[in-house]
Amino acid sequence: MMNKLILEVSGLTMDFGGIRALDRLDLDVRSKEIVALIGPNGAGKTTFFNCLTGIYLPSNGDIRLVSPQTGKESRLNGLKPNKITEKGVARTFQNIRLFSQMTVLENVMIGRHCRTSSLILGAIFRGRKTRKEEQETIDKSYEILEKVGLAEQANEFASNLSYGAQRRLEIGRALATEPFLLLLDEPAAGMNPQETADLVSLILQIRDEDHAILLIEHDMKLVMTLSDRIFVMDYGEKIAQGTPAEIRVNRAVIKAYLGEDVESDNA
Amino acid sequence: MITVKEVKKSLLVSLWFVFLTFPLMVIKVNPYERTVSWRWSNMLYVAIGTFVISLLAKAWFVRKERRMARQQDSCRSRTPIIQKILQRPGYRYPLAAFLLGAALAFPQLFSTYQANIMTTALMYIVLGLGLNIVVGVAGLLDLGYVAFYAVGAYSYALLNLHFGMGFWTVLPIGGLLAALFGVLLGFPVLRLRGDYLAIVTLGFGEIIRLILENWNAFSKGPSGISNISRPGFFGMEMSLDQAMIYMYYLMIGLLLVTIFVVNRLQDSRLGRAWLALREDEIACQAMGIDKTRTKLIAFSLGAFWAGLIGVIFAAKTTFVNPASFTFMESAIILSIVVLGGMGSIVGVILGALILVLLPEYLRALSEYRMLAFGAILVAMMIFKPEGLIAGVRRVYCYQGRKRNTALKNDE
Amino acid sequence: MDYFIELFCSGLTRGSIYALIALGYTMVYGIIGLINFAHGEIYMIGAFTSFIVATVLSIYGFPLAAIVVVAGVAAAIWSSAYGYTVEKIAYKPLRHAPRLAPLISAIGMSILLQNYVLLAQTSDFLPFPELIPEFAFMEPIAHIIGSSDIVILLTTTVVMLALTFLIKFTRIGKAMRATAQDRTMALLVGINVDRVISATFIIGSALAAIGGLLIASHIGQINFAIGFIAGIKAFTAAVLGGIGSIPGAVLGSLILGLTESFATGYISSDYEDVFAFSLLVLILIFKPSGLLGKAETKKV
Ligand SMILES: Nc1ncnc2c1ncn2[C@@H]1O[C@H](COP(=O)(O)OP(=O)(O)O)[C@@H](O)[C@H]1O
Ligand SMILES: [Mg+2]
Repeated sequence: MMNKLILEVSGLTMDFGGIRALDRLDLDVRSKEIVALIGPNGAGKTTFFNCLTGIYLPSNGDIRLVSPQTGKESRLNGLKPNKITEKGVARTFQNIRLFSQMTVLENVMIGRHCRTSSLILGAIFRGRKTRKEEQETIDKSYEILEKVGLAEQANEFASNLSYGAQRRLEIGRALATEPFLLLLDEPAAGMNPQETADLVSLILQIRDEDHAILLIEHDMKLVMTLSDRIFVMDYGEKIAQGTPAEIRVNRAVIKAYLGEDVESDNA
Repeated sequence: MITVKEVKKSLLVSLWFVFLTFPLMVIKVNPYERTVSWRWSNMLYVAIGTFVISLLAKAWFVRKERRMARQQDSCRSRTPIIQKILQRPGYRYPLAAFLLGAALAFPQLFSTYQANIMTTALMYIVLGLGLNIVVGVAGLLDLGYVAFYAVGAYSYALLNLHFGMGFWTVLPIGGLLAALFGVLLGFPVLRLRGDYLAIVTLGFGEIIRLILENWNAFSKGPSGISNISRPGFFGMEMSLDQAMIYMYYLMIGLLLVTIFVVNRLQDSRLGRAWLALREDEIACQAMGIDKTRTKLIAFSLGAFWAGLIGVIFAAKTTFVNPASFTFMESAIILSIVVLGGMGSIVGVILGALILVLLPEYLRALSEYRMLAFGAILVAMMIFKPEGLIAGVRRVYCYQGRKRNTALKNDE
Repeated sequence: MDYFIELFCSGLTRGSIYALIALGYTMVYGIIGLINFAHGEIYMIGAFTSFIVATVLSIYGFPLAAIVVVAGVAAAIWSSAYGYTVEKIAYKPLRHAPRLAPLISAIGMSILLQNYVLLAQTSDFLPFPELIPEFAFMEPIAHIIGSSDIVILLTTTVVMLALTFLIKFTRIGKAMRATAQDRTMALLVGINVDRVISATFIIGSALAAIGGLLIASHIGQINFAIGFIAGIKAFTAAVLGGIGSIPGAVLGSLILGLTESFATGYISSDYEDVFAFSLLVLILIFKPSGLLGKAETKKV
């Protein structure tokens, strides 16, 4: 327990009409850690991300965030998504949501929005401060593109990228917001083995640059190699947690995935 | 290219339209004299017209599909010639200089009457550019744009009437008042989904007009306010002709300022956020963009421009009444933006010139003006949603370690 | 008290006409999530068609009953045909376009149809033939409720019942409900979604045409522009009740009709339309899901 706690979720519950998509979920993330969130389709993983980032308003529960830099503590419940991003949590989307009519570079520049400040007058008169800020935005965005391996395509439309490249661009765009906690929703979905291998090294590199990562992924090999800890969900509930080695032999997990015993699942 | 099957299909389409338009196009009753006239010739026109249009539409779609297929083969998008010219600085600046020269010389070369028409066209260009920020760039469908125009016009009319305030004093006041209205309306409604926003703004526009029409004590009702002062020029006395020409140059000035400002806004942190919001609000919020605030800025900036033009409108016609601010006015401005190309400055200018000048000079067509505007909105969405001239994305230069990466891509 | 009842009755009449139009908005919205701006125009075309047919028939000396039936049927047929065609031309090609596109196309259609009728017919107000006679048995209460009010209330009640039956029990009704719930799913279980959408437009347009006929004979005159205001008001009613909800559309329409009737009766008739628009703005701001609509979290 040498790393500092940065995210603590307790009793998080989300109801959609009659469906309970999240059921009293507890979870914590520490700095510089890669934590995986796994579970069958429909388990509520994406819903969990949506609650964390303020896109859904959770029905119940508590989300506490502690900034590793300042040590400042805040509750995320009820905050608007953009405020949460400002606090240092960024995400990617399971169904890629890039700005397809904008260039690759511009997509990343959008991520810089919350770290810059020029408004109408700045835009019109373009004073020294604005020019400096703009150039910084461009430069930092370029650096991020180099990191995710897309510098060559900087001025292409985002929609012209390959699927794997689009997923990397989503990561780049999220990084541009300077998060200390990065949420990745199935980043390897639809990638070929080479792309997945590149992704693994990218994620490791991001972790080494002091970002904590919460990762939803179906590719078990990737999850097992990358994660420090794993949380397993099914039907909105946490059914197991532990290190990869522990999860590999956990009976409840095997049951949830292989569905050995369907009746007792519904209990 | 056109097969027998398609001709047959088009015949069926035309037959269907003959049936569809039968009661309205063919029969005309006079309920007072109790007579019926059967206009069979109209049936023929409908048949031929719809047949031709149907064939053309088919041909267009076939061509479009081919082009798409070819594009996928070569992985290269084909840019139209105008666009290419506009993208080259080498052509762009001389062209702009030439156009500016022509615009400045216009009143000297043509009659005041022509200059007056041009002034109207210029006003619509600026209105279009203002609405373009809201609809084209930020993707907020504002159907009550005319309300802000009315706010500007009535601010000048009333302030001039009651306090004798001059044009130049009221110009910024009118713009700011309109922007204030934009904020007041926008604050609650910009949270709404796009289609609700459209309806609320439409309702708001109508409320403003109805209030102006019915609140006689405030706005003098349907008869409006007349004898509004024309703009002054350092206290000089001007003849009517001179005043018109002065108005023309004033509009040219305002247009240049508008183009400059809109251009800078589009190419800024704010402008990028607007474009992104147009595409995906949720992704934007997740990227830390304050949705409501960013939209509000676009909305009230658009309103500001409408207010400015409102003041100018009141000064130009020296008369305002509510009939100038109907929904149809909003629809015309929207058509300009849609025809020209959402988010494209050159497109909006072109769109305004076409839509204002064409009916003006082809008087025979002016009867069909509104019909054409409706048709344009539908046809553009179906055939060419990006407009005559699509907005171009900028290529940015990286000044860091790899100074040349950006330039390499910029052929 | 009589005045109150009179206002109440005229509010109900108004409301039931709005309901006939509002149903078209709500059904279309329920199925394809589009505000069909051109729907008010479909209603206007219904009124115009019935005007033309009724006037022609009365000039040729047909009996009143025949005129009413033929004019009603003609209005329903042609309005449906227009509704169907509008969907095919202006909305269907845009089903996968960005969200602004079908909306702009719908506004264009509305302007187009309005001006088409203006050019094909006239811009003047035209006197609508009296299709509903003053019934003798209504004499004693004629000062609070007219015969045409009664006919309108009865007709709309019958139409609503028929619609409820259609949606609850027929095959196409079930397909419509399924499509409204989940279009992709409906497609997967083999529902012909295109046909369902067309049917929705046809039914909604026919209802609007009946509304057009009724209101035109109630008020006694029509022109090409009546669809615009009626359309916005009916839309207000649909949103008030919760757009997408059929009972909601009826409830919202009655509330709107009564509000307008009382507001114009007791406050001022100058601002008749302002009441409706203000109501619209207020609902959308404070309760965009309406009275009977359900607030939904958009799936991300
Ligand atoms: N906005 C929503 N409205 C209603 N139900 C939802 C919504 N979002 C998610 N759900 C439901 O919540 C459950 C969990 O979904 P999700 O979080 O996407 O699962 P996962 O990402 O684990 O595959 C599913 O049953 C899904 O249908
Ligand atoms: Mg998911």
